[in-house]
Amino acid sequence: MPARNRTLLTVICEAALEKKLVADLEQLGAPGWTISDARGRGGRGVRSAGWDTEGNIRLEIICSEELAERIAEHLQQRYYANYAMVCYLSQVRVLRPEKF
Amino acid sequence: MTLDPVVLFFVFGLLAGLLKSELKLPPALYETLSILLLLAIGLHGGVELAEQASARLLGQSALVLALGVVLPILAFGLLRGLRFDRVNAAAVAAHYGSVSAGTFAVVVAFMVSKGIDFESYMPLFVAILEVPAILVGIVLAKGISRDTNWKELGREIFLGKSIMLLLGGLVIGAIAGKEGIKPLEPLYTSMFKPVLAFFLLEMGLIASGQLGSLKQFGLRLLGFALFMPLLGALIGALLGRFMGLSLGGTAMLATLAASASYIAVPAALRLALPEANPSLSLTASLGITFPFNILIGIPLYLALAEQLIAWGL
Repeated sequence: MPARNRTLLTVICEAALEKKLVADLEQLGAPGWTISDARGRGGRGVRSAGWDTEGNIRLEIICSEELAERIAEHLQQRYYANYAMVCYLSQVRVLRPEKF
Repeated sequence: MTLDPVVLFFVFGLLAGLLKSELKLPPALYETLSILLLLAIGLHGGVELAEQASARLLGQSALVLALGVVLPILAFGLLRGLRFDRVNAAAVAAHYGSVSAGTFAVVVAFMVSKGIDFESYMPLFVAILEVPAILVGIVLAKGISRDTNWKELGREIFLGKSIMLLLGGLVIGAIAGKEGIKPLEPLYTSMFKPVLAFFLLEMGLIASGQLGSLKQFGLRLLGFALFMPLLGALIGALLGRFMGLSLGGTAMLATLAASASYIAVPAALRLALPEANPSLSLTASLGITFPFNILIGIPLYLALAEQLIAWGL
């Protein structure tokens, strides 16, 4: 089966944003996503995930390049100024491209 | 005066954290303990509420609600006087106008161990006090602004974890009544203190983590976080006397007014007021005010209530 190129958009941000982000993704038409808990350190200090307000999440979306860029731009406009958030795009090869 | 062992657990956690010990409780345990405490407080209040509900309670609730509006405005004024910028002053003020259920649990244990009676419907006041400060804080920061999503915010505030648990417990307790609740009674009698002890151990660890960032904000924040609980306690105690509460009730209302939120308010404000620096508020409420109230404040507020009563207020 031939593998096809798609774009993986990874977002790491404050856990407080989870509900908002999911609503945004639904609206922008992302085909699917995976959310996991994360912790680490960055420009806004240690995010230890010790309890509710200090947690981070990692959000991964595989979709077309065009949609991934649209989502990334939306996130940048809405959230970058006031929230701890990093996002990056990478090329991935997927089986069953019709799913993404 | 000897320290209550549950307070020693808090000191233990604080020290372990400051020594950078490996000691760490699993986050799920902290979550579980706080749920147990809130439910227990709610149930206990509900059982008693069913027996002494009265029209007077409505008037008292309205006064407590007003207290929840006045406190954040006062705190905001103080913070602006200390030259904090408007948004951050409003955010910190919202934390100080609201209450800490953890502090309430400690004052309950304190009164019980001293054998001092208090009005059993106090948990209702905890729930009432939690809400208005958040709204006042947001209005202080942005005015009645069009870009606030009030519907979403309302859901966040009124359906937040602590309010739901407190009110749920209150209602279940009220419906079940004294007899029906018997099998669950250990929740707020024999089990209450052990749960509180573990909870405070974790709170000590968390508070020690917040203390580290104090250096960043300096003396202004420290001064506020120590002065505001005293001012709040004085106002709370005077209101308690005006409402005709007992000695225990007056000291508890003082403690509630002195305490600052560290769960409900940070979560709501992070979404509603993202420009505010969350670690500023948490350092003050969790790193300074919470330990202060637990270690020094509560006995002090009891003494204040005794003094006011002695003066015939």
